Amino acid sequence: MTEEEATVLAALDTVRDPELDEPVTTLGFISSCTVSPDGDAQVRLRLPTYFCAPNFAFLMVADAYDAVSAVAGVRRTEVRLEDHFASEAINGGIAARAGFAESFDGLADGELDELRTDFVRKAVLAGTDRVCRPLLAAGQTTDDLAELTLGDLPPSPDLARLRARRADLGLPSGDDSALLVDAVTGEPIGAQALPLHLRRTRLTRVSAEANGSMCRGMLSQRYGTRGQGQVEEVQ
Amino acid sequence: MYEKDGNKYFVVDSHMHYWDASPENWVAGQENYAKGWIDCFHAYQSLGPPQTHWTIEHFYKCSEDDLMKDVFEDGYVDKAVFQPTYLKEWYTTGFNTTERNAALAEKHPGKFIVNGRWDPREGDAGIKQLEEDVARYDLKGVKMYTAEWREGSRGWTLQDPEAYRFLEKSQELGIKNIHVHKGPTIWPLDKDAFDVSDIDHAATDFPDLNFIVEHVGLPRIEDFCFMATQEPNVYAGLSVVIGGLMHARPKFFAKVMGELLFWVGEDKMTFGSDYSIWEPKWQVEGFVDWDYPGDEFSDYPRVNTDTKRKILGLNAAKLYGIEVPEECRLADAGKPAAPDDAALVEGGAKV
Repeated sequence: MTEEEATVLAALDTVRDPELDEPVTTLGFISSCTVSPDGDAQVRLRLPTYFCAPNFAFLMVADAYDAVSAVAGVRRTEVRLEDHFASEAINGGIAARAGFAESFDGLADGELDELRTDFVRKAVLAGTDRVCRPLLAAGQTTDDLAELTLGDLPPSPDLARLRARRADLGLPSGDDSALLVDAVTGEPIGAQALPLHLRRTRLTRVSAEANGSMCRGMLSQRYGTRGQGQVEEVQ
Repeated sequence: MYEKDGNKYFVVDSHMHYWDASPENWVAGQENYAKGWIDCFHAYQSLGPPQTHWTIEHFYKCSEDDLMKDVFEDGYVDKAVFQPTYLKEWYTTGFNTTERNAALAEKHPGKFIVNGRWDPREGDAGIKQLEEDVARYDLKGVKMYTAEWREGSRGWTLQDPEAYRFLEKSQELGIKNIHVHKGPTIWPLDKDAFDVSDIDHAATDFPDLNFIVEHVGLPRIEDFCFMATQEPNVYAGLSVVIGGLMHARPKFFAKVMGELLFWVGEDKMTFGSDYSIWEPKWQVEGFVDWDYPGDEFSDYPRVNTDTKRKILGLNAAKLYGIEVPEECRLADAGKPAAPDDAALVEGGAKV
C-alpha cells in the first residue's frame, strides 16, 4: 500500500455504517482502495448481503466519496458499491453528485438527514452504556451516576466517541455537561428516571452490537476475504 | 416432543417454510433478485453448526421427505406452522405459497397449521382472495412481509388505511394471529424500513389480534422491545434469534435473550426454526441445554425448565389453540407466568 493509499484509507476510517456506528473500514466493507500516481482514487465498497438497506448503503457511499475527495493530492474520486441490488442506482447517483431522492426517483420523499439523526441518537444511547457499564460494575450506584459530568470521567476512546456523537447532535458535550442526558432534548436524566434509562441504553447497545456481529458473520460467509483496514471483533 | 433429564417439551415450530427457490422457478429478467434472496438465506444457514449446512442445490428446494424427516422425525417438532412468503415478482410459482404449504399439510394430517397472507396493495381482489383462503384452509394466522415488491411498489406498512381494512377483514373471518416480518426495502426509502412503529399502532387499534413480530424486529430489537413492553398483544418470534445467534454468537445470544426476557417476558416469546434456513434439531437441543454463560448476565431474568417449555411450545400452543399433552404442561400451571422483572418494567416504563 502506498502512502497515498494509506491516507485515503485513514480518511475512510471516519466513514461509519450509520446503523452500527462503526467505521466501514474496521467492519471489512472496503474491498479495495487504490490511488494512481496522478491522484485517481478508486474505492470499492461491499456489504454483508445483496439486500442490505439501500438508504444506509447510499449514505456510506456518499460519505466515502466526500471523505476521499477531501484528501490532499486526490484529483479524482470514484467510489463504487459492489454486489448489491441497488448498486446501479446508488453508484449512478453518487457519480452524478445527485442527492438520495433524485437517485431513487419515485421511491423516496426526501433526503436522509432525519434518518441519520435518529441513528446518531441510538449511537449516543449505546455509547452511554459503554461508558456507564464499567462504573456500575466498579460499584457506583445509579444515584452516583446522576451526579457525574463528562469531565469527571477519565479519558477513554469510548468517552471520546460519546462526546463526538453528542456534539454531532448539538447536545452538551463539554466537561461540565451531565454524563446522562436525554438524547433528544439534552436535558439531564434525573435520578428517578435513571434505572430505566440505563436499561434502555444497554438494550440499544446490545441491539447494535448483536447486529454488527451478525453482519460480520454474513460478510465473512459472503466473501471469505479481509477488507482493507478490517479489524476482527472481540467476542 | 423432546425429552431431556426427565423433562418433556412440547415443541411448536411457529415459523417455518417449504419453498421452491430453484433456478427453474426464477422469473425471467428477475434472476438477480431471486438468486440474491436465496443466497442471502443460505448465508444465514452458515451461522448454524457446520454439520447442519446444506449445499446450495439442496437449499434451493428440499423434498417433502427431507422436510418431514428434518422437522418431525429428527427435529422433535409436534406441530409446525407454515408461514408463506409469496415473492411472485421474483419466483414464477411463488417462493413459498399457502397453496404449496397446504398441499403438503393435507398429506400429513395433524402435523401442520397452514397460515395465509394478504397484501393491502391488492385491494378488493385481495379481500376476495383472503375470504377464499380462509374458507379453503381454515386460516387462524397470516404472515405479512411488508417489504415485498409489487408492480413498482417497494413495500407497505401496517398503518396504511388499506392495511386496516385487511386487519378488520381478518378479524371478522376469525384470524387471530398476525405474524409480521419487516424487510429491507420499503416505501418511502428515506425512512427506516425496519421501523416497527406501524405494528405499535395496529396492535393498539386491534387489541383482539395477536401480533407476532418475527425475528424480534431484527435489526431493531430495541424499538421492538420498547413497543412490546407496552402492548399486551405483541409477541416476540424467535426465528433467527436462536438459529442465527445461539451457535455463532453465543455471547450476543445470551444478551439478546436476556433483554427479551426482561422487556417482553417469557410468556410472549415463541420458538420458530425458520426451516429450511436452519433445522430445528440442534436449535431445540441447544436451547434446552442453554443458560447464561457466566456472571456478567446476572441482572437478566433467570431461565428454568418452564421458561423453555413456554418458549419452545406452550406459548404458541396457546395462540393457536393446540392441545398440549398433560406430561408437557407446566409444572405449576396455576402460577402466574409473567416474570416479576417484566411486570416491574411495565408498571414503571415511560418509553
